[in-house]
Amino acid sequence: MKTLRRFLGTGALLAWSCIASAQVEDMPGGPRVNQLNLPDGVTEIARDIEWLHWMLLSVCAAIFIGVFGTMVYSIIMHRKSRHPTPAKFHEHIGVEIAWTVIPFIIVIAMALPATRTVVAMKDTTSADLTVKVTGYQWKWGYEYVDGPAAGVNFLSNLSTPRDQIEGNAPKGTTYLMEVDNPLVVPVDKKVRIVLTSNDVIHAWMVPHFGVKQDAMPGFLRDTWFRAEEIGTFRGQCAELCGRDHAFMPIVVDVVSQEDFDAWAASQKQAMAQASDDPSKVWEADELIARGESVYGTHCVACHQANGQGMPPVFPALDGDTEYVLAPMEQQILTVLNGHPGTAMAAFRDQLNDTEIAAVITYTRNAWSNAGKGEDPVVQPADVLALR
Amino acid sequence: MSSVTVDHIPASEGHVEHERPTGWRRWVFATNHKDIGTMYLLFSFFMLLEGGVLALLVRTELFSPGLQFFQPELFNQFTTMHGLIMIFGAIMPAFVGFANWMIPLQIGASDMAFARMNNLSFWLLPVGATLFTVSFFVPGGANAAGWTMYAPLSLQMGPGMDFAIFGVHILGASSIMGAINIIVTVLNMRAPGMTMMKMPLFCWTWLITAYLLLAIMPVLAAAVTMLLTDRHFGTTFFNAAAGGDPVLYQHVFWFFGHPEVYVMILPAFGIISAVVPAFSRKPLFGYASMVYATAAIAILSFLVWAHHMFTTGMPVTAQLYFMYATMLIAIPTGVKIFNWVATMWRGSLTFETPMLFAIAFIFVFTIGGFTGLIIAVAPIDIAVHDTYYIIAHFHYVMVAGSLFGMYAGAYYWIPKWTGRMYNERLGKWHFWNSIISFNVTFFPMHFLGLAGMPRRYADYAVQFTDFNVIASIGAFWFGFSQLIFLYLAVKAWRGHGQPAAAQSWEGAQGLEWTIPSPAPWHTFETPPVVK
Repeated sequence: MKTLRRFLGTGALLAWSCIASAQVEDMPGGPRVNQLNLPDGVTEIARDIEWLHWMLLSVCAAIFIGVFGTMVYSIIMHRKSRHPTPAKFHEHIGVEIAWTVIPFIIVIAMALPATRTVVAMKDTTSADLTVKVTGYQWKWGYEYVDGPAAGVNFLSNLSTPRDQIEGNAPKGTTYLMEVDNPLVVPVDKKVRIVLTSNDVIHAWMVPHFGVKQDAMPGFLRDTWFRAEEIGTFRGQCAELCGRDHAFMPIVVDVVSQEDFDAWAASQKQAMAQASDDPSKVWEADELIARGESVYGTHCVACHQANGQGMPPVFPALDGDTEYVLAPMEQQILTVLNGHPGTAMAAFRDQLNDTEIAAVITYTRNAWSNAGKGEDPVVQPADVLALR
Repeated sequence: MSSVTVDHIPASEGHVEHERPTGWRRWVFATNHKDIGTMYLLFSFFMLLEGGVLALLVRTELFSPGLQFFQPELFNQFTTMHGLIMIFGAIMPAFVGFANWMIPLQIGASDMAFARMNNLSFWLLPVGATLFTVSFFVPGGANAAGWTMYAPLSLQMGPGMDFAIFGVHILGASSIMGAINIIVTVLNMRAPGMTMMKMPLFCWTWLITAYLLLAIMPVLAAAVTMLLTDRHFGTTFFNAAAGGDPVLYQHVFWFFGHPEVYVMILPAFGIISAVVPAFSRKPLFGYASMVYATAAIAILSFLVWAHHMFTTGMPVTAQLYFMYATMLIAIPTGVKIFNWVATMWRGSLTFETPMLFAIAFIFVFTIGGFTGLIIAVAPIDIAVHDTYYIIAHFHYVMVAGSLFGMYAGAYYWIPKWTGRMYNERLGKWHFWNSIISFNVTFFPMHFLGLAGMPRRYADYAVQFTDFNVIASIGAFWFGFSQLIFLYLAVKAWRGHGQPAAAQSWEGAQGLEWTIPSPAPWHTFETPPVVK
């Protein structure tokens, strides 16, 4: 029944979208509708890549027309009805040498301009700004290492509502490529991206910059870009990293240097104000409200909004007697340090003590857990004690 | 190949000492290369359909943006097992089926060198395939880390991953034994007078492929075993915190992976090199250079693996080296294409179904080869790695390449296997539906990749919708078209259609056309003398 409804729903959606597809617009800073080629890059490297691609495509097209023109000619002129007596030749040293040497020369000619671009892409020296990017399952973390925003760090999550993904609301123009906190960089400055991962291999890709670099857990990689236009540019994770691989996009706001300085100052101020005092003692309902919001961002993908999870890979939290309804230590340690060998990540660097205390308190009081188990309220100090 | 004349046509004179088994024993205890070849071909077609169903499930979800039918975790299982089943269950066993049937016939041998090991090589396949299939139903489902199974993601998977690892071990063992059999048969059992340079090119390409398999399958076994021990036995090969490195997995895997793709295409080159001369009524152009080009491709294939790793962050020198080495492979490949066209040139061409598939192979494989040259250029690969451009590239060379090459060979040799000419009209229907729907499915993926749509994505930005709709429609069309082949193959098998002569095709050359159609159960018990 559910499947039937889904088919009918898709059919209706398809009919509707056929009418509505005329209204799909190009994504600003992202793919155009039915785009055929690489995007118009805003960095010199991206434009080099576009040029290389056009050059190679043209050479390949010319060779293709030559070779298959010959074959089509042969199909027409040498078919048995028209050419009943086949020739007998089966070698020709001169021709064979020619069609080995000439392609060799062509390949060398292609490799020369490509070499220049490879070397340029790898040169991350003399950067104006360095940003450390960390891949998580399933979001990006950004930390400014130097410059006016040094010390600013935040997580960047997909902000497309679940409703749009599940087909209960129309999809926006930046569907799947919009985030809550974009990376902000100044225009015309060489930005070095230092990349790592918290768990599995991810890849940071922004097509308009001509940038893609794998993020390796336990290692640092780097790449760079110099954006020459102000605007917002979008990319996506480009290395299979688990269930929400398609749901961890990248958004980069390229702004003027003045705007960047202003943004950096306001970020630092906000961080100072928002920093939670771990010795504060909270009321239960405040913790639960805060925890619900944390849960909705960080936990719902696996453990589900109803706390049922998807056992055995994603355990249920509702009614769980091993961690959630047990004394607080195990659950705090698991949220802090993860569960090695499973998809449960360590959140010690992603969430502060207050956020961890809040989300644990939420799980202990949500669904059917309210009024059961031990330690229904966890304070930030409890988390800090176990770090 | 230089034309082969035969001194006398061998009848089934050599007496068979053993009883000829019937019923299930004939198949379970088979040692006859024709029976084993038939089983390989039937098994691989079944796997083609199973892998195809998985692809259609993928394309169903991707018909429109949003998650309509499957959660992403299940979707990733479909894409992963589609790859594993097609590569290890469909393409590789099908080529071994062709080898088993045709190599002894083409070299004038009575059977393969190791007939009993041949039996084991085949019967391991259903075991491996069962592990793959059953893995969907264990807790946590099948492997969802891609057919490439990169660590550390593959270390997070449930028991389905272990099923896939053991499946790969078993199928790999089958390939290794098959390769040993082919090498020994080709080197030791050629009929007197059939020197290496008089052998049909199909035997050459399989000989070279067999050496590739011997070299690379143990490497794959090592890679997946390291995954197994990291998962269960406390090793830390891929864990940086303990001194390991995830990139180590990629190096070991792709050292297998790159020659593997040549394993999957070289036998097709051999088939095309038989079909094109037959329907051009003209000898293959440049036999010697074809042999050298195949060997060059095989050797080069060991030296280029890291072009699959251009975004992992290797030093600039390595990036440049792998780019240059990969671009070089275009040269011997181009030589082969030119040789096939030169074979057709001033021949006397007819266009029965095998020739249609062979011509389509040359045309569409070259497109895949060109996109391969384009992505060999590292800066371009940085832009399109892990996008639909890569998917387009490898489906052009593996479906339009390997699969169409196999269809050319199947139509060419079905008269010899079954004693019946297949229905030519249906064959042409199968061909035209396949070539058109194939392009409808995969050509738009080039655009999607250039525009930035990543691969292994269960959902996508709305701007990508139209090309995804076209690809999904093409995929269903292509899938259903393969049922035409199933129908006409079964018809020929069951004895319907025009009886086929020994020389089933006017221009066909080779020892296999000197024996009756269908080929008698025992052939060449007395080796022919080749001039």
